[in-house]
Amino acid sequence: MTTMGRILIYNGIRFVVLILLQVVLFKNIGYYNLTSSFPYILFIFLLPIGISNFLLFLIAFLTGLTVDAFYDSIGVHAAACVALAWFRIFFKRITLEIEVRESFDTPTWDEMGFKWFSSYIFFGCLIHHFVLFMVEAFSFKNFHYTLLSTLLSSIFTFLIILLISLLFYKRKSRLISK
Amino acid sequence: MKNLWLFFVRYNAFFWFVLFFVISILLVVRNNNYQKSSFINSSNVVVGSFYEKLNSWKSYLALTETNESLAQENASLRQELQNYIAKDTIDSVQLVDSIEQGRYEFIIADVANNSVNQKSNFLTLNKGSKDGVVKGMGVMTSNGVVGTVLNVSANFSTVQSLLNPNTKISVTLDSTGELGSLVWGNNIDPRYAIVRDIPNHVVVKKGQKVFTSGFSIYPKGINVGAVEETGITSGESFLDVRIKLSTNFSNLHHVYIVKDNLAGEKQALEALNDDNG
Repeated sequence: MTTMGRILIYNGIRFVVLILLQVVLFKNIGYYNLTSSFPYILFIFLLPIGISNFLLFLIAFLTGLTVDAFYDSIGVHAAACVALAWFRIFFKRITLEIEVRESFDTPTWDEMGFKWFSSYIFFGCLIHHFVLFMVEAFSFKNFHYTLLSTLLSSIFTFLIILLISLLFYKRKSRLISK
Repeated sequence: MKNLWLFFVRYNAFFWFVLFFVISILLVVRNNNYQKSSFINSSNVVVGSFYEKLNSWKSYLALTETNESLAQENASLRQELQNYIAKDTIDSVQLVDSIEQGRYEFIIADVANNSVNQKSNFLTLNKGSKDGVVKGMGVMTSNGVVGTVLNVSANFSTVQSLLNPNTKISVTLDSTGELGSLVWGNNIDPRYAIVRDIPNHVVVKKGQKVFTSGFSIYPKGINVGAVEETGITSGESFLDVRIKLSTNFSNLHHVYIVKDNLAGEKQALEALNDDNG
């Protein structure tokens, strides 16, 4: 099997499993509507590093739209996922060497090291959840509530994503040194 | 020209971001204006039937409680029937308003999807236009109100739950008959709601029951809940009251869609008011 085929299949499986987990399980977990978690964004985090910008935005947009269909909130998750895609490109540009940026590896915990991976996930969650809750509220009313919701939900999502990553963690050679 | 092209290529991430973000926001705004007339929501066939399947597994878990509530409803209906049979027709004259007879029909539906912890909550039911469901009908359970039908497809319908900032239902207090409007308020708890706009002179007691008024899409006299807290004032001359809802939104399984046979006539007549004024 070619590398390209393997990447396609892995990402396809990841998409289906994460979206299913989101709408069946995580949609029902939360502390009233103050805190909820959206670990489906792990799919966008784990797309290959060297994916072209347009393709990244398109996939993020469609992922968001799929989740929106289940949440009856068309556009809200799509906007948040597009913002997350932008953050991904920005974060990649400021932290990675050119040759790593071009590679088609999956940016997992074992490839990138804990420090890089955890900050990548945490700030990504913050951006995604902030845009999500702002677009959902669509006003600056109760802004402190939106901020609190963003922060708590980000921590929640971050922990769940780390748990999921830990399940698939295997130590091997690193792309970048710690 | 070449420089412009290079500029676009250099910052292509930003331009793609702007493009996709604007599309998303347009979707959101259009959706807010037209009340989810878009087809990407849970009343479409793929998502709806997925939720229905999921729910058919989940409903086994709640079988005991469902049976119990059905048995209770049976008992109360039987008791009501008994009252009619046992009624002494000699010393009481029965006045039946024939226009109210058969005014309401009830369509039984199963809940295919439900949410209680979003800011705006919606339900999906497994009955649609095929079964005679129309946009704007009321939805209730055997012990309370649930919400209003928002969108209808052939086999499914979505319902704007009472736990939604846009839902408003006309209610009365049991003893005094004063009118108020029931909203979820700025609430995060699915068990409580707020009754707004009760005149200030009315004395409201804790535990007092609240019923539908019959002015909106629901039949008159359906139990909505009981007063929990009375001290909230909204303004100079109005009073807000916090009530505990009788509907348990977190385990809804069977609901009734209320079909008001006189709704069309009522609306047509009331529309004349606007023409004159």
